[in-house]
Amino acid sequence: MLACAPLTMAITRETVLHVAKLARLELEDEEIDRMQKDLDNILEYVNSLSELDTDAVSETTQVAVSAAPFRTDAVQPSLSHELALREAPRSAGGGFAVPAFVDE
Amino acid sequence: MSEVLDLPIPEQAACVARGEISALALTERALGRMEAHGGLHAFLYVAREAALAAAAAVDQKRARGEPLGKLCGVPIAIKDALCTRDAPTTCASKLLTRRNASGTAGSDADSGWRPPYDATVVARLRAADAVLVGKTNMDEFAMGSSGENSAFGPMLNPWDSTRTAGGSSGGSAVAVAAGMAAGSLGSDTGGSIRQPAALCGVVGVKPSYGRVSRYGLVAFASSLDQVGPFARDARSAARLLEVISGADGHDSTCADLPVGAYEAACDKPVKGLRIGIPEEYFGAGLDPAVASSVRAAISALESEGCSVHPVALPHTRHGIATYYIVATAEASSNLARFDGVRFGLRLEPPRSNLETMYGKTRNAGFGAEVKRRILLGTYVLSSGYYDAYYRKAQKTRTLIKQDFDRAFETVDAIAAPTSPSPAFKFGDKGSDPLAMYLADIYTLPASLAGIAGLSVPCAMTRANDSQPALPVGLQLLAPAFEEERLFTLAAAVERLTAPNGPARPPLG
Repeated sequence: MLACAPLTMAITRETVLHVAKLARLELEDEEIDRMQKDLDNILEYVNSLSELDTDAVSETTQVAVSAAPFRTDAVQPSLSHELALREAPRSAGGGFAVPAFVDE
Repeated sequence: MSEVLDLPIPEQAACVARGEISALALTERALGRMEAHGGLHAFLYVAREAALAAAAAVDQKRARGEPLGKLCGVPIAIKDALCTRDAPTTCASKLLTRRNASGTAGSDADSGWRPPYDATVVARLRAADAVLVGKTNMDEFAMGSSGENSAFGPMLNPWDSTRTAGGSSGGSAVAVAAGMAAGSLGSDTGGSIRQPAALCGVVGVKPSYGRVSRYGLVAFASSLDQVGPFARDARSAARLLEVISGADGHDSTCADLPVGAYEAACDKPVKGLRIGIPEEYFGAGLDPAVASSVRAAISALESEGCSVHPVALPHTRHGIATYYIVATAEASSNLARFDGVRFGLRLEPPRSNLETMYGKTRNAGFGAEVKRRILLGTYVLSSGYYDAYYRKAQKTRTLIKQDFDRAFETVDAIAAPTSPSPAFKFGDKGSDPLAMYLADIYTLPASLAGIAGLSVPCAMTRANDSQPALPVGLQLLAPAFEEERLFTLAAAVERLTAPNGPARPPLG
């Protein structure tokens, strides 16, 4: 197992901005300060887990699921094209339309 | 004629089946109460036309002599986190409303996302001839314990409108407590059915993980989420659970196990059942009136022939930290789908690129608590912190699960408080998110372990003579897929603590 990172790291403004970028959240300035404080408090609280010795404990990622079932590889009824696009904020050419993201 | 809408669900369905009341009349009664108690803000959407049409269809079915379903004509409310093909679904979030003309997020749920399909549980209710009367208010994306995180304003507790109804499925609890629907569905990720049930004085069931299909439930934390029923009594909740449970080809985490005879379990004697009492659930922070009410209900069960045994759940106090790592990690991943592309809100200023659109849409659409949890979840999964937080929490989740495994070697069920206090006042938990998280201390461990849980009203309490009486919930826990035991015990608690039927809130 990898060594655990120290659990005393304080959350900086830069950390909030980095995580917000990963999460695709364009926070307002005053939100950044608030989140910095809140995340710092919550992480300080959850650091209490570090007192538990879990070196020999296995991980639980899910409960009650014994195995992923298989199904036959057959075509099933699915949403119509029209219904799938019905709620799209913008659609074009029979697909979901988004801002350009490839440099020409 | 007595008010049919106040009878237990099996009797309401029987009244409709026998023709003592039409489904249409019963539905109109429910819609009338929804309007009269609109101030409680239990509903984000009233499905008036669809409900009347569904009721008329049930009446026609009866007139043609066709067999009727187990919920024929019974008015049922649906948490707004469950997809309904004929009613908007918003999760009480602005993100699932469409942008209006001024370019700002929609302000009410009527402009909400229209799912192209029904959740499996919704389809099963319809197949049982239930009448779906509306979509209930909730904390945004099921994140909260008071309803205060609804983007459209909180629901009010029918026992005292200055207090919260609990959360996140608060609207579903209020709808049932105030008699606006005979039953409702909610979802429970860390207590979101049991806690509002306790605070509103109704029965709420968090089925075992895998008991009920999650298909069409907007995902919060996929290894924890479970759909379950609310009703005013155990037998009614049992009938609802029987209808919605069972394997589903659309959800591979839904177990292919036989559905229990939950309604019949309500008539079984409790004599001989071994009940475990975890002292960790009666420690500091527990309201003394809740403690004495819960202990009195346990004594009443003992007088009926149950045996009571102390059990140890030593990792209980680590439940909150474990939950807020596991659940936020899963949420940060699940909520990535709300990106402004396929549904809901989109903010796309001129000359936006894709990243700007994502960032602006998500920041405008999500409320503060949702953003906080997405950030926390992203952080605990991010490079350098994964082992210290996420992997660590998955290991402590194992320890919490093992606590229950050991306890259930010697007892059949566990009894404890559902919530550390009766309904609290709006704003009482201040602006500190941690204070609110502590409200879930007794419900989180069972969610992490995936076992079966239920909250049943066991007493009314009041702080002093000038305060209104508030309900207290007893939490019953059983091993996974042993829901029948919960219904046997809950029905006994009702007979012993409320022999004249469930208490009713003082509404006009």
